[in-house]
Formats: sequence, C-alpha cells, structure tokens
Amino acid sequence: MPTTTPPPGKAALTGTPFADVTASATTLRRFLHGLPGVDTVGLEARAAALGTRSIKTTAKAYAIDLAISMIDLTTLEGADTAGKVRALGAKAVHPDPTDRTTPKTAAVCVYPDMVATAKEAVADSGVKVASVATAFPAGRAALAVKLADVRDAVAAGADEIDMVIDRGAFLAGDFMKVYEEIVAVKEASGQARLKVIFETGELSTYDNIRRASWIGMLAGADFIKTSTGKVGVNATPANTLLMLEAVRDFRAQTGVQVGVKPAGGIRTSKDALKFLVLVNETAGADWLDNHWFRFGASSLLNDLLMQRQKLATGRYSGPDYVTVD
Amino acid sequence: MSKESLGGSAAGATRLSVLKTYKLYVGGKFPRSESGRVYEVTDSKGKWLANAPLSSRKDARDAVVAARKAFGGWSGATAYNRGQILYRVAEMLEGRREQFVREVADAEGLSKSKAAAVVDATVDRWVWYAGWTDKITQVVGGANPVAGPFFNLSTPEPTGVVTVIAPQESSFLGLVSVVAPVIAAGNTAVVIASEKAPLPALSLGEVLATSDVPGGVVNVLSGNTRELALPLAAHQDVNGIDLAGADADLAKDLEIAAADNLKRVLRPQAVDTDADFTTPPGTHRLTTFLETKTVWHPTGSLGASGGSY
Repeated sequence: MPTTTPPPGKAALTGTPFADVTASATTLRRFLHGLPGVDTVGLEARAAALGTRSIKTTAKAYAIDLAISMIDLTTLEGADTAGKVRALGAKAVHPDPTDRTTPKTAAVCVYPDMVATAKEAVADSGVKVASVATAFPAGRAALAVKLADVRDAVAAGADEIDMVIDRGAFLAGDFMKVYEEIVAVKEASGQARLKVIFETGELSTYDNIRRASWIGMLAGADFIKTSTGKVGVNATPANTLLMLEAVRDFRAQTGVQVGVKPAGGIRTSKDALKFLVLVNETAGADWLDNHWFRFGASSLLNDLLMQRQKLATGRYSGPDYVTVD
Repeated sequence: MSKESLGGSAAGATRLSVLKTYKLYVGGKFPRSESGRVYEVTDSKGKWLANAPLSSRKDARDAVVAARKAFGGWSGATAYNRGQILYRVAEMLEGRREQFVREVADAEGLSKSKAAAVVDATVDRWVWYAGWTDKITQVVGGANPVAGPFFNLSTPEPTGVVTVIAPQESSFLGLVSVVAPVIAAGNTAVVIASEKAPLPALSLGEVLATSDVPGGVVNVLSGNTRELALPLAAHQDVNGIDLAGADADLAKDLEIAAADNLKRVLRPQAVDTDADFTTPPGTHRLTTFLETKTVWHPTGSLGASGGSY
C-alpha cells in the first residue's frame, strides 16, 4: 500500500544521520566511500537463490496481475510516431481487450515531445504518463538544456520524469556534480515524481551502483531506476537486489521511502516474478505496489498477458492473441 | 605401460558398458525433460534398453516456442535450399545406418535383415520428400483463368507450427513418413515420439542436429502420448496437428481440443493404423499442411479509356 511520506529532498533529511553528508564534495565523497563494500559473490548468489522460488496457481495469478499493474509501458525509439504512442496508450489502459478484468499498467513512458499525445491517449484512465528527459539516454548536454528538457515534459503534462545521471561525472569521481544535477532536476520537475536512472551497465562495479543509489536518494529521487534499456547490460536480478537493499536501508534510517524501477531486458513473466520475489524478500511488502515498484518494459506485457490467458483458459496462448507493438 | 592404462580393454577383461543417455531434441539442443522424469524403454521382449525422458507439458510448451521461432527462417528459405538440407539429412541417416538398424530391430522385434530393410526404406522415404520441396508448388499451385484483367495466382504456403503424433508401431519408417512431409512443406514440427519405442526418434534428433536443419525446425519429445498431445492440441500457437499415432479415443479428444483455434487436423489414415508405411505415400501428407494463397494482380487495360500500365 502506498504510504504517505514527507516530500523528499534536503529538508526531509534534517535530523537524520545524513543531514550533513551533502554539505560539501568532501563530505559526500567520504560518505559514499564509507558505504560498506558489496560482496559480489554473495549478492549474486542471493539474487540467484531468490530466483528459484516456485510460484503457482493463485499466487501466480496474483503476481501476474501485480506485475501488469507495475509496468511502465515504454516506447523510446527514434521512429516513434504519434500513432504508435496512441496505440501504446490504448494498450496501457486495456492491456487485454478480450478480458476487461486485466489491470491497467502503471504508466506509459515516452520521449518529451510525445507526452501531450500520450496524455491524450490515456486521458483520465488513471494511467500515468512518464517522460524521459535530461538528454536521455546519454545525458551528455549542458545542465540548462537538461532542465529545459524537463520543464518541457512537465509543461506537456508528464506525471513522472525519468532522468539519467551524468555517468561521466560519476565515473570521474565528481559525485557532487551528479548530486547537484539531480537536485536541480527534482526542483524543475515540480509535482512530477522523479525517477533517477543510473545506467548500471555503465557503472562497472556493484560498489558504484550502491554509491549511485545513495546519491540519488540523498538528492530526493522518488524512484531509483537501473537502466535506460539502451546499453548491453540492463536490469539484472543482482543489481536490482542491490538497489532494493539501498532503499530498504534508506527508509530504515530516514523514514523516507524511495521506489525502485528495473528497466530493460525483462521479457518473460518468469523473470518478472523473480523480481517481485526480490522485492518482497528484500525491501518488503510495502514496496509491492506500483507506487513503489515499476518495471520498465514493453515486450514483457505481452508475455504476462499470454500467461494470464493460460491461467484463465487452461490453454497455452500464443503471440497471435496479443498485439504486435 | 599396460594396455588398460591406455584405455584399451585387455583380452579377457570385461569392458564397462558406455550407456547412452537419450535426451529430447528441442530448439537445436538436447535437454533433459524439464520435469526431470524418465521412463524405462524396453525392447519387444521386455528387456530394458534405455531410459527415455518422460516429457511434461512444459517441455511441449518450450518446443512450441522453439518451433515458432524457427518458422520464419525455415518457411522463408527457398524450396531448393530446403530440399538440399533434407537431402543432407538422408546422407547423415545413411552414415548412421548400423545404429538405426540396431535400434529399429530392438524396438520393433525385427530380425537384423528386416530392420535393415526398414532403415533403407526410411532413408529412401526421406530422399523422396526432399525432392518434393521445390516441386509441390507447381503441382498444387498455378495460374487461374479469371474473367477480368487480372493475373490470378495460387501458391501454397506452409501452415505454421505443426504437432505430429508419430505412429506408435512403426517407430522409424512411420516417424519419418509423417515428419518429413511436414517440414518439406516448410512447416516446423513438434513431434511426439512413439511412446513405447521412442529411441529411433530421439536418435533422429541427433541426425537432424548435424545436418544443417536449423534448430527448432524439428523438436522431438518422448513420453506419455496423451499427456503431451492434449496441451499441444489445445495450444493456441500450434497451427496444425497430425493424429497419426493417436488411438481412436485420443484422436477424438484431440480433435475437440484442436477445434478451439481451428487447427488444421489430419485424422489417422487407414495406412497409419495398419502400421504399413511401406506403400508409396503420395503427396497427401505434403499438401495437408499447406495453405493456398491466391493473389489478384491487375493487368491489361483499365476502364473504358483503354489506358494501361
């Protein structure tokens, strides 16, 4: 269930152990390097072990519906057309037109110039419109340009903003720059919820993913998100587990709850269910809601729908019975 | 250095037998059953031969996914290329002749010479179907005379993913007689091997894997025929089913299940039940899993003005 939290940001951290962490580049660096190192073997073994759970019958039906309701149905292609975005919006509202009991997806995720079209397509269905911004996916633009990108998307009606961090600055050790950029984007986003994409595939080490997670949370991210889906390595159970541990620890120490969004590479229902197990076993049941956990995916939805049809009818379904996106 | 230490067997010493683990053939790979189950396969006299995988419906589902994935490439290959590949299968079968003679003799209780005749007939059957790939279009397709300024052309196209329930008695000749026409026509197949004699079918998988047939074009499952056939008959992503190896009860249940998505069904033929695959097969099995596409192409003068392309 969504719990109400104080608005994140610097103010929220007053009185917590992290009030002074972001005072200067030095304190931030000291804090991030003081985070416990990640036990790579242990992390991967834990993620793999949690992936072996067998989820069947009613639990599976529940998990499939939950997973559908958590999807940020995404199209981020240069070839996106208004028509394609409208089709995506229609699919988000009625994922399976043959079965109206199918839950809606959480959001559609598009480029900023498609936000208005997407907004129109989902209308007042309750499906949110998320927009990538800040020179997605590379993030290689001046801060002013990135902020203009964000304001544009918000002005067009985006409910959520998916930003990318400056991986170059992060890898060069300029953590403060990364932090300040997130703070600035958070401010520019206004009421829109902010998802911060780390592009874990480019961060090289699990330690870096942990540090990036903490920078994001300290800067007031509403969600931390693994990847853009545009590089070779996207969401994996291990890097998502690591980020779930970070949001769990952050809430334990500050009372502020932050969401997690694995994105890219999750294509089958089986994978999605594994992620849900990770969420429940790591962060806890509070995160088992689309306000706090999302899947960034497109082809995943079709597989979930086919599994749902199989559970409903007892017959294996096929790609002929879902849309071609 | 003694001979034993080189891995040779000394005269008089009994050699440890190297038993073969028969596995499924799905998507070009040789997995065990997802369920981990096996069952005992015996020869015609009840003597144990090997353990074969007892596939589950999940294996069947995986096989359909593999077959669907392979369909685009296989149906899109030129008919001539398909023919070459199928001929290559026949070459590989010939090279494994001794093995198949032994397996067929064990499975069907035939003498060695009779089994050899069956294997020869099987290889010939395969070659025969290989030759048909680039000829069937001319036989069942063609240009149709129509009363209008159109070229009207009918061409046969493969149906899609086809489930083949292999004959129960004729474990090798029967098997090839039902599988070869399905893939020669450009379909991909999920084959349920004979329940009591699955070994030749599983070995055929090894032949297919080494003869340029893309993975997933033929997928071989062994196990309980009813357990595998029912979910496959109901499967919405299977386009056709050949009931050759189903008994009357099972065939009825499968036809009912298959009606749901209007699968093309080939009922057991008289020749299947007699287990007599030695007679010349004709093109019936080739054409069953072909769909005729007809196109109208405008030609000649258009309208009263007499304009033309």
